[in-house]
Amino acid sequence: MDNERIVVTGMGVTSAIGNNVEENFSALQQSKSGIGKIEILETVHQDHFPVGEIKMSNEALAEYLKLPDFHYFTRAALLGAYAAKQALQQANIEEIDFQTGFVNGTSVGGMDVTEKLYHTYKENPSNFLFIEAQHPGFTTNKIADYLGINGVVTTISTACSSGANAVMMGAKLLQKKRLKRVLVGATDCLSKFTLNGFHSLRILSSDLCQPFDQHRKGLNLGEAAGYLVLETEEDAKKRNQPILAYLEGYANANDAHHQTASSATGEGSFLAMQQALKNANLNPQQIDYINAHGTATPNNDLSEGTAIQRLFQETPMLSSTKAFTGHTLAAAGAIEAVFSILSLQHQCVFPNLNFQTKMEDLNFSPQTSFQKQEVNYVLSNSFGFGGNCSSLIFSKAL
Amino acid sequence: MRKEFYITASVKIKNNEIFKNDRSIFKANKSLSIQDFLKETYQFLDLSYAKFHKMDVLCKLGIIATTVLKKDYPSDTALVLQNKSSSEVSDFQHQEKLNDFPSPANFVYTLPNIVMGEISIKHQLQSENAFFIAEEFQPQIIVSHTESLLKNNKASATICGWLEANLNDYYVFLNYIEPQGEVVFSAPALLENYIHE
Amino acid sequence: MSNLREELKEKIIEQLNLEDLSVEDIQNDDLLFGDEIGLDSIDALELIVLLEKDYGIKLTDPAEGKEVFKSIETLAQFIESKQ
Repeated sequence: MDNERIVVTGMGVTSAIGNNVEENFSALQQSKSGIGKIEILETVHQDHFPVGEIKMSNEALAEYLKLPDFHYFTRAALLGAYAAKQALQQANIEEIDFQTGFVNGTSVGGMDVTEKLYHTYKENPSNFLFIEAQHPGFTTNKIADYLGINGVVTTISTACSSGANAVMMGAKLLQKKRLKRVLVGATDCLSKFTLNGFHSLRILSSDLCQPFDQHRKGLNLGEAAGYLVLETEEDAKKRNQPILAYLEGYANANDAHHQTASSATGEGSFLAMQQALKNANLNPQQIDYINAHGTATPNNDLSEGTAIQRLFQETPMLSSTKAFTGHTLAAAGAIEAVFSILSLQHQCVFPNLNFQTKMEDLNFSPQTSFQKQEVNYVLSNSFGFGGNCSSLIFSKAL
Repeated sequence: MRKEFYITASVKIKNNEIFKNDRSIFKANKSLSIQDFLKETYQFLDLSYAKFHKMDVLCKLGIIATTVLKKDYPSDTALVLQNKSSSEVSDFQHQEKLNDFPSPANFVYTLPNIVMGEISIKHQLQSENAFFIAEEFQPQIIVSHTESLLKNNKASATICGWLEANLNDYYVFLNYIEPQGEVVFSAPALLENYIHE
Repeated sequence: MSNLREELKEKIIEQLNLEDLSVEDIQNDDLLFGDEIGLDSIDALELIVLLEKDYGIKLTDPAEGKEVFKSIETLAQFIESKQ
């Protein structure tokens, strides 16, 4: 790694399997998936596609966050503030000053608002205020304002790797001493925009998704928000703040193949994982567990699986937690970072649900049960549209 | 001693005109629509890249700008881009079609980083990509990120800058950053070039 | 009958942004996904939308699409068979 060691001192998450870290862990431990019928989002596809929906309405979230009546928070902002609060609380940040930054990832940002109000703008000019909500930056700023963060605040929008890239960006800002502490992560909500969009690409499954299964048919969408607080090891120790895990290494690479599909040999994934290992000064055999991107699309799992086989002589224990939460788009990298850290804290690996048949093209099968075991290094993959491939490596706190 | 990096090439596209290293190399009629301007530029550059026609406005601008910026690139050239409106033009197009027949070819472009994918495919770049959304041009973030990449040998060069297309307008400002050169790479230098008419 | 084939050629040129091609350039038996016309996976999905939008035919299995979208000829025959 570069200079100082980067540590995680706070975590927060809300997803289809729980509204805080403990609830999420509990569900992972009990193999309890959160994917089911759409209830809150109003869509013609309500009965067609199972999703990982967070069963908290916008009203309930706004009430919990004690927002005023006219708050203009998008759903992504509500979920984001909800999860970010947990992370900051755990990290015990006494004073949020200009040396505290926020790097937020999102792909749809305010789309939930736009699609509800788009056709009303002509008749209801008062809704114009929401036009701005379309921009991802609007959601980020709402969360930042709510938390009182006004140091470096920026938004990353790189599709499904945004969350992981936010973690990387935060680490870099700390290494360059631009900030003393940084809240990093991502948020995305369900929307007709993505549901219809992904359906037009024919990569949604009408059943529960089956990552790394020979008969996988596609992904289930989900919504979530996940955040970490990062600091340097030195700073955390100085203020006696418990360290949850170390961010050992990270990397990002482009597949240079197609706008939305991955190359057959998984070149981008391979490069991202390889470089993350190099960045962390580790050999492949030192990785104990891979939290895979594993969306359960025919394309991703083959591409990612192939890349993993190329890199690892012996594939470590591996699972995709997307069968629990659904594919939460930008938030995936962030909530899976939280899951990776849980794996280190509790010395366990999580199951890859709904697996039945090994893929013919791969020589490994995923882990199918919750298992306690020694875990020192976890690799977490997040691969986004646009060939944007990111890998993060976390290690156990001592 | 702090390591310095250098801006060795730049491209600007605005008001239907293309500037390379501050020199105007192509000027189309100001009244042309963006689509027509892009078509004329494609012919002017003799691009011969069929995939171009399927791209959205943001991606076409990205392809044209990076084609003008340099003739070829090392495969570990990184991309660090920013804009304000994300993929707004394609987003609204998709929104329009939601209740009828969503178009997959349109949906594919409803993310700002797809332009980095297209640039990577065209020029065969496989290094790090980052796309930031900001209200206004934030050169400090770009400089910070780029320097980090070059200093740690994650990339041997970087294309960075502002790539914006919204419902009303567009503005492209890209730079090529390398370890050797004459013009020092810094936030003030970037900002000055960005504003400079 | 031949009108459908001409119509399809016009439609795919427009829908799929095949700017460098004209109707005369496309032969009925040319492989749509071959080097000549060079359609890709996203184009295949657009063709599924086109079938539904313009001809009212719903293709639910993308695998079936492979045979149907082989050429203008196979596509035309498929549409005719459904009418």
